[in-house]
Amino acid sequence: MTLLQARGVVKSYGPTPALRGVTVEVAAGEILAVTGPSGCGKSTLLHCLAGILVPDAGEVLYRDERLDAWSEAKRSRLRRTDFGVLFQFGQLVPELSAAENVALPLLLGGRARKEARTAALTWLERLGVADVADARPGEMSGGQQQRCAAARALVTEPRVLFADEPTGALDALSGEQLLGQLVRVAREQETTVVLVTHEARVAAYADREVILRDGEPDPSGFGVPAQMGGRA
Amino acid sequence: MSTAALVLLALLAAGPLHGYDLKKAHDQRFPRGKPLAFGQVYGTLSRLERDGFVEQAGQTRDGGPDRTRFALTDAGRARLNSWLAQIETPAPYVSSDLIAKVVVALLVADTEEARTYLTEQRRAHTARLRELTVLKTDPAAAIGDVVAADYAIAHIDADLRWMQTTLDRVTDLHREVHS
Repeated sequence: MTLLQARGVVKSYGPTPALRGVTVEVAAGEILAVTGPSGCGKSTLLHCLAGILVPDAGEVLYRDERLDAWSEAKRSRLRRTDFGVLFQFGQLVPELSAAENVALPLLLGGRARKEARTAALTWLERLGVADVADARPGEMSGGQQQRCAAARALVTEPRVLFADEPTGALDALSGEQLLGQLVRVAREQETTVVLVTHEARVAAYADREVILRDGEPDPSGFGVPAQMGGRA
Repeated sequence: MSTAALVLLALLAAGPLHGYDLKKAHDQRFPRGKPLAFGQVYGTLSRLERDGFVEQAGQTRDGGPDRTRFALTDAGRARLNSWLAQIETPAPYVSSDLIAKVVVALLVADTEEARTYLTEQRRAHTARLRELTVLKTDPAAAIGDVVAADYAIAHIDADLRWMQTTLDRVTDLHREVHS
């Protein structure tokens, strides 16, 4: 079943086109990698699918509803209830402990403090960082911070997790541990994941990949141009 | 001396073993490598014995036929140590067929042929990357499997990067020539 889709999505930043008519379907429970070189439009696509950006043309459908036609307030509510977002840098609140950071989305959603803390500890445990529950971001390694950020993105048990270069700032082993845990948890929870990455080895954690180049899908994956060497 | 022979010496460094156990120890440590054939194990052992790197260390019988155990000699240990002390020349991981095909696709074939070949080649590489990733993220995966998968993943990833760089280079060159 298709949960989320972009249909002919076009988006420009001023005169610079970022997406030139992209159509992508994401099935419920699927882990989809969106790959391509820097500037290919993959992050813009993620932002459009997550309802953070509104396309200039085309449609974004979530559970068959036109997300792009919703008000900012309605999209913002959806992002709190149904979506989780994880960026390259965790964006944890530096003054709060790991557990407090993870509990934050639940507290903002009106959950009781004790209940939120219990859920936060459970999620830190699932991501293998229960031991730093009371540490502040400054006291943690980059890998631990990113796993806390993943716990925070998942604590509301979103239907869709959007991860934009989640391992971009991590060393290879920390990145791998994060991805391994993220993918395992997503499969257990049947969470749909849209994973943006420029690395083939990261995309390999997904079920399928969509490759973009210059704002368009590039099935060859290498951006083979119309004009090239040889006899062409 | 072949790498397989040196690996057998290394396995004997922990204590005497007979041929069957050596083969098992080898296959356990290199589960994704090419398994050693029994014939190869016995053939290699007899050459190592002839050259004084291993020696017979008695017979065992566990309800079956007599089995000769082999032990590492001082000469064998010295040979092993000198091999380990030798730094490997950082040799390129050259899959010559891949290089040949990509270069042919980019420089000789027409655009459509090149596109088809590169698309399929990338698909094969990414499919293998995915298989290896599934294998190494299996909670039941042994450390030997994970390490071997890491090695293969790193090399396949390098192939993909090299293909991309080569393509970009050729595209640039073409643009320069035709502008």
